Amino acid sequence: MELAIFYLVAAVAVLSALVAVAHRNPVVNVLSLIVTFFCVAVTFAMQGADFLAGAQVLIYAGAILVLFLFVVMLLGAPVVSGEETPRPIQKTLGAFLAAAVAAGAFFLFSSLRETGSNLPAAGNTTRALGRLLVGPHLFAFELVSVVLLAALVGALVLVKRKH
Amino acid sequence: MWAEIAISGLKLAVIAGMLLTVVPVMTWVERRGAAFIQDRLGPNRVGPWGLLQPVADAVKLLFKEDVTPAHVSRGLYFLAPAVAVFVAASTFIVIPFAKGEGIQVFGVPLRGLIVAPDLNIGVLYLLALSSISVYGIVLAGWASNNKYSLLGGLRSSAQLISYELAMTLAVLGVLLASGDLRLTTVVEHQAKLWNAVPQFLGFLVFLVAAFAETNRLPFDLAEAENELVAGYHVELSSMKFAAFMMSEYINMTTVSALATTLYLGGWQLPGIAIPDGWLGLVLSFAVFMAKVGFLLWLFVWVRWTLPRFRYDQLMRLGWKGLIPLALLNLLWVSVALAQGWL
Repeated sequence: MELAIFYLVAAVAVLSALVAVAHRNPVVNVLSLIVTFFCVAVTFAMQGADFLAGAQVLIYAGAILVLFLFVVMLLGAPVVSGEETPRPIQKTLGAFLAAAVAAGAFFLFSSLRETGSNLPAAGNTTRALGRLLVGPHLFAFELVSVVLLAALVGALVLVKRKH
Repeated sequence: MWAEIAISGLKLAVIAGMLLTVVPVMTWVERRGAAFIQDRLGPNRVGPWGLLQPVADAVKLLFKEDVTPAHVSRGLYFLAPAVAVFVAASTFIVIPFAKGEGIQVFGVPLRGLIVAPDLNIGVLYLLALSSISVYGIVLAGWASNNKYSLLGGLRSSAQLISYELAMTLAVLGVLLASGDLRLTTVVEHQAKLWNAVPQFLGFLVFLVAAFAETNRLPFDLAEAENELVAGYHVELSSMKFAAFMMSEYINMTTVSALATTLYLGGWQLPGIAIPDGWLGLVLSFAVFMAKVGFLLWLFVWVRWTLPRFRYDQLMRLGWKGLIPLALLNLLWVSVALAQGWL
């Protein structure tokens, strides 16, 4: 049962990711990316990582992609017609890089053994995650928040300079 | 196993039935309430006090011609109302409607009138679903391929993103105080004192943000009829339009139920212990629905009392008013918790 659900979700995820890359209409790209994120959230939930699943939907599907959609709709991004490729090397380079990443991921995952995780397999992962974040990983946590703040200020500076 | 599935199905049926009943009742309350506030009579021809008016409305909408304009983006045009209703209705499975201790159905404990009692991330689930509720409106706006619709959709997405921040920050205070994402724990934590008392600021921010999140006046900029005709649903007719109407009322009910659960003590009465068993179930359900009913009336009351905001005023209120207030509330709760006052 669980395996069947996993394969179904994985198939939908891969398919929607392909549509997100290949479709010519930018709005459809964003929408199918939402479907991909939902599928990822489902796989998180099936691993017992319920907090991650919720956060995935809340942050990626709910907040970031709404902004993407907002920008695409506001700027009225044109529907890309099929044949024009301004830089042909992009395609070759992209395919090469994607193949390299896929191969690397494949070798990594096939060499993976079951490891003991710090988080409880089932039950309340939120508390455990919180303790890890403000306990052992406090420095990294704070560093990430500073990086995000810097990005925010940088974006403001860039926008203000135009006027 | 089968008994548990049957119980979940029963709970789903009860709650879905209740949700779909709230919609016609609320349309009636809204129209009669508006008439009352404006010193008119309102619909009073169909049935006693016009009570059958919603039925007449539904029949009219069902039999109207379903016009699909030639220039719409077809798939998304049909998908948008479905998304709106689906998201609105599926938020309900984590809200505890009533107490259910000491009740056994088919030999399995009932564990309260809540569809998913084992979901550890109740509040997170609700916030996640409310954050994707914007897609229904945005898609309707974009797929209609009409400038008024598009503007309505854009306004609504900007508005929802802004007010979601304030809402989430306000909810964080409640989570800090109760220490769990599970809504049943949040309710039990308020046995002595409702969260609305120590966190009045947070409650206020939550309520204002709730009006914005449900696109209700004074924040219904997405469908401002005097500038945008009807905003995102200009091109929708018949049941597609009705689907958006339904999702609006279901969303109002969800937000009211959430406000009751997070701030008004859920199904509890202050100072009165609700007994176990079936009597307790009925009593606590009545208490819960009374609180939700009051908040729903508040939605109608405010709609017909306050004029609509201007768009820049809306944004200023969200970013410069509500977010600092929510942060202040969070600070107060943290300090109070650290000092052991709460």
